[in-house]
Amino acid sequence: MTDAAPTTAGSPAPIVELSGVRRRFGQVDALAGLDLEVPANRITVLLGPNGAGKTTAIRMITGALDPHAGRVRTFGLDPSVHGEEVRRRCGVVSAKPALYDRLDGHANLAYSAELYGLGRGDHIDQRIREAAARFGIEHALDKRVGGFSTGMKTRLALARSILHQPDLLLFDEPTSGLDPESSHAVLDMIREMTDDGRTVVMCTHLLLEAEGLADKVIVMEAGDDLVSGTPTDLTRRFWPGTVVLVGAEAPIDPAVLRTIPGVRQIEPDSEPNQVRLHLDGDHRTPDVITALVANGLRLTRIEPISPTLEDLYFAVRTKRVAGEIAEDGGRRLADGEGADGGRDGDLTSVTDRTRQVAALTGWPGSEGSR
Amino acid sequence: MTAPTVPVGDAAVEPRAAREGWRDLSWRRVKIVARSDMRQLIEDKGFWMPMVFLGAIFFLIIPTVLLLTITKIGNVEVVSQMSKTLEVLPSAAQDQIEGQSPEGKTAYALAVFLLAPIAIVVPLTISTAIGASTIVGERERGTGEFLAHSPAHEKEIYLGKLIASLVPGYATTLAGFGVYSLIVNLLVGPEVGGWFFPTASWWTLMLWVVPPFLALTLSIVLRLSARVKSTAAAQQAAGLVTLPMIAIAYSQSTGALFGASSSGLIIGVIAWILAIFGLSRGMRAVSRSRLLGVNDGV
Repeated sequence: MTDAAPTTAGSPAPIVELSGVRRRFGQVDALAGLDLEVPANRITVLLGPNGAGKTTAIRMITGALDPHAGRVRTFGLDPSVHGEEVRRRCGVVSAKPALYDRLDGHANLAYSAELYGLGRGDHIDQRIREAAARFGIEHALDKRVGGFSTGMKTRLALARSILHQPDLLLFDEPTSGLDPESSHAVLDMIREMTDDGRTVVMCTHLLLEAEGLADKVIVMEAGDDLVSGTPTDLTRRFWPGTVVLVGAEAPIDPAVLRTIPGVRQIEPDSEPNQVRLHLDGDHRTPDVITALVANGLRLTRIEPISPTLEDLYFAVRTKRVAGEIAEDGGRRLADGEGADGGRDGDLTSVTDRTRQVAALTGWPGSEGSR
Repeated sequence: MTAPTVPVGDAAVEPRAAREGWRDLSWRRVKIVARSDMRQLIEDKGFWMPMVFLGAIFFLIIPTVLLLTITKIGNVEVVSQMSKTLEVLPSAAQDQIEGQSPEGKTAYALAVFLLAPIAIVVPLTISTAIGASTIVGERERGTGEFLAHSPAHEKEIYLGKLIASLVPGYATTLAGFGVYSLIVNLLVGPEVGGWFFPTASWWTLMLWVVPPFLALTLSIVLRLSARVKSTAAAQQAAGLVTLPMIAIAYSQSTGALFGASSSGLIIGVIAWILAIFGLSRGMRAVSRSRLLGVNDGV
């Protein structure tokens, strides 16, 4: 489906490339030198707080907005010159479903089909029914969209986005306003789309929905990319060692832990008598058990901890706030040069969320505001 | 991943609407946008009921009451007062008045000359009401995002919305004009020796003078709709534009009816030139950033 032509290096060319893209709205820099690449047939998730520039990035990709500086290429084309061709191959679901309330579901989809050049007729009606059926909304095609629930509108918007069989799907917070069941269903549907060979870009500030969905993550803030890569690579760069949760019947003396070879960092846990140990690697876990037992501790728990996308996100953002990711830090970290292996427990903590949030928001009670 | 920034200064970026030239324009997509907008209007009973009511008042109720009063009731005082009014009409118009009796002459003059405003008020009122909310409405409902990401060119969206605003007002007027013609012929025809309406001047007015005035007004209203922040603001601003436009259009329409047979044609030519100029300027007002509602400093 996509024209991801192999490059000279043999890897498929990215579907989308943004280089140093800047866009200003009035006095506000919506994008401040954004660089991103979207690989073919993968789900790329743009993560970031409100105002990070995620929606503007999507608008740049389709050419709905032009950059004030920088370079945008979608399918290898400049959308500000070849806008029609680019947009014809993109399917977009915006944060608001952008449907016509006074029309019924079928008319909304038929309008889109015509605008995208599919025409009219029985074969289009059939395609509309199939698209609607894929998202479980075919029963409501003859009803006015104004009477739809938020979930139904999102499903219809998803059906509309695939109607013209686009190569690139762009979803801007597609689960916004949905209940947990509907959100889960929508995310499952998005996952299925790459099975058809499509490329997906999804914006969200909800970390849980990106978890397990993203093939590539790009963390954005203030119109710039902080880090990008696969979740596994990024996690490995931030926490190159192993994190183990250790529990005992009695409090664990940190002095004892410091004597154990391979322990790089000791992080308190919210539960009493539990700590999180950052180790050199998996092979150090038996040493820890042996040493603690030898010191007379009765262990109740030994559990390897896999940092989540949420852990990664907060670690990246608190590092940025603390100035540890410079303006070009995204590239530096993505290249693995800036990873400090989690030696700074304050910033790459996988548990101390309260402190991280306080540092990011600067709300009263925070220990270190901006 | 890092690539050199390619500065593209504002001065270097040609406005998108200019780049999307006429060669690329798809009339099929213009029709699609127009049809979808009109379909939404048809689906909205709250919109078209007042529209029909407005047309009925101006084309059916007011003319029927006035013409019946003159021709059937024969109120001598009213007829005499109206006959005096006819004396102020231009001599060219007075020469055209047909009818033998004072009632017949009065009814003829009323039907042919004095009810001209209805041909202007109805389409302008209906079309500006639609046009004022057409672009800002897309933005408010969030559907501007759909259009901005669609393959449709900005010119196509503009023209589609122009047609969707123009057609309901003009179609109502044409339908009302048919009804009006029937009433005039039924009530006044017997007084002047048979069916006589529409006259040549009215044909010129309806087919040559009204459409460009409608298009000119809409070109201004659509520009406003693209620029303002809310539908309410668009309606207010459109009201300010529409009133003087109605006044101008009324005076020109009256001139077209009262003057020599060529005056309607000349007024129409001037109106068309102004309309084409207004439309070409107005076309630049629709941009994707305005559909998205972003602050672009434009």
